[in-house]
Amino acid sequence: MPLIELQQIERRFQLGDTTVNALAGLNLRIDAGEYVAVMGPSGSGKSTLLNLLGLLDRPQSGTYRLENRDVTTLTVDEQAAVRSARIGFVFQSFHLVPRLSAAENIALPMTLAGIAPAERKARVAEALAAFGLSQRADHRPDQLSGGQRQRVAIARATIMRPALLLADEPTGNLDRHTGEEVVDLLEGLNVQGVTLVVVTHDPAMGARARRQLVMEDGRLKYDSLASDAGDAPR
Amino acid sequence: MRLADRLHFARAAVTGAPWRSALSVLAMSIGVAAVVVLTALGDGARRYVVGQFSAIGTNLVIALPGRTGTGGFNPATAITSTPRDLSVDDAASLLRLPGVRRVAPLAVGTSEIAANGRLREVMVAGVSSSYVPMRNFELAQGQNLPDDDWNRAAPVALIGDKIREELFGPTPALGQLVRVGDRRVRIIGVLKPVGQGLGMNTDELVIVPVALAQALFNSNTLFRVLIEANSRPAIPEVRERVLQRLKERHRGEEDVTVITQDAVLATFDRLLGALTLAVGGIAAISLAVAGILVMNVMLVAVTQRTGEIGLLKALGAPARTIRRLFLSEAAMLSALGALLGYLLGQAGAFLLRQLFPVFPAYAPDWAVFAALATALLTGLLFGVLPARRAARLDPVEALMKH
Repeated sequence: MPLIELQQIERRFQLGDTTVNALAGLNLRIDAGEYVAVMGPSGSGKSTLLNLLGLLDRPQSGTYRLENRDVTTLTVDEQAAVRSARIGFVFQSFHLVPRLSAAENIALPMTLAGIAPAERKARVAEALAAFGLSQRADHRPDQLSGGQRQRVAIARATIMRPALLLADEPTGNLDRHTGEEVVDLLEGLNVQGVTLVVVTHDPAMGARARRQLVMEDGRLKYDSLASDAGDAPR
Repeated sequence: MRLADRLHFARAAVTGAPWRSALSVLAMSIGVAAVVVLTALGDGARRYVVGQFSAIGTNLVIALPGRTGTGGFNPATAITSTPRDLSVDDAASLLRLPGVRRVAPLAVGTSEIAANGRLREVMVAGVSSSYVPMRNFELAQGQNLPDDDWNRAAPVALIGDKIREELFGPTPALGQLVRVGDRRVRIIGVLKPVGQGLGMNTDELVIVPVALAQALFNSNTLFRVLIEANSRPAIPEVRERVLQRLKERHRGEEDVTVITQDAVLATFDRLLGALTLAVGGIAAISLAVAGILVMNVMLVAVTQRTGEIGLLKALGAPARTIRRLFLSEAAMLSALGALLGYLLGQAGAFLLRQLFPVFPAYAPDWAVFAALATALLTGLLFGVLPARRAARLDPVEALMKH
């Protein structure tokens, strides 16, 4: 069952006099429950792709269907509602709110969605336990290690039980060991059914994904699935 | 997003940047405090003057010689330029007018008083016995002037407390003979000390029968005639009758001015009320300045927290939520400032009252309300622009700034 279907996506940026084709005629289908790594050199369009999948950015043309619904034509606020309910983000620099405790950071998506405090509390406690952060609930981000911060960020990204988890260089700011832990955590979530899309520079991490996409100049240069299936249309 | 959560988030943001928040709260509080203190001063002045005027007496109508208002051209004024004086008989004629309770003629001049080998210059008021109760004067010792015929110059006097102190010190003054001008008079009463009153200090006053005063000053004119109406509503008609009667007695020439205490009071009330409003308005400018400062602080906050705004958007916050978050923050800053300013202002007014006990420096309710409302409103108004800017940020660009 397709979760994501991109058809003829075009995204151009105007940099001074030159037009950069961040995404050019991109077609892509990702099924529910897949584990995809997006790789490629800087400026190849992989971050743009991730922003587009996360509804933070819009294409100039083409359609994006998420769970069989055309989301390119939605208004800004409708897209925000989709992000809130269906999409989780994990960033390289964690993006925790510095003045909020770990528990409050994890609860933030639920707070923004207007979920009742009692339910928030129960779900945050569950998440804290699941991510081994129970002892750190009241700590602020500056009192946490890098690995703990990223675990808080992942807990926050999954607290709304999204269908799609987008991770942009999730291990980029971590050492090898904590990076592995974080990847294990993300893969564990994928096993539980969340579709995982990871953008990474790290070939080792990319190799762990079940499907690899390599981008270059806004186009898909390599798709491990397509080459396995002998370029057969899906 | 729930209101309670929004307020919680805004509060965390306010306390998260304590210096920035403190500065804008301070600016706002100074604005509110300025309005409260300055209007307290203005309104205090109004109350003070009104209070002093009321102390002159109640339901008073005052007749004075000379015409001050405009009354059109009168052939009589073209011939006789000097107005006719008010006489004791003029005053006596008013006694029988309907609605009039009491009348007191008043002749004023300076003379000297001597006793015990001491001598000083004093103000002498020649009046009738009705003058003392009409002006609400109270006697500390002795009795009022005798209730005589106004043309009889009984050689008696009432003296102010300071004069008693200066002439007699600790020895009894009552019954003593003193010289006033070229007359010897007996002291039959001493006025209670009252301190400074409007225009006339009774502590340094010598009160004698009007005929005696006129003899002392060698004149038969009056400075004023005080008329007390039976009731407050009777004042306008009494004024009219007094004017009419004096005009008749002066051969149809309207050469006196009759004023009512109410009219004088109302004028001062209006004047000082306008002054309070003006002063309050000037102070309100500082509120606008404080509003601009709140805006500046909020714009800095938006710039500093661009990454956070991007995050909130990524987490699914619609533009409306982000706008309200920043508006709540601005509102919180101005509400805190308004509250602090209110307390500061009331403390300032309290201090003024402690320093100048005679001055009733209370900020009027309307001014306090207007100051608080203006503070909250400007805070919100100037919070709109930063909040909109935050809500309009592009999430991708915002997330890149961290």
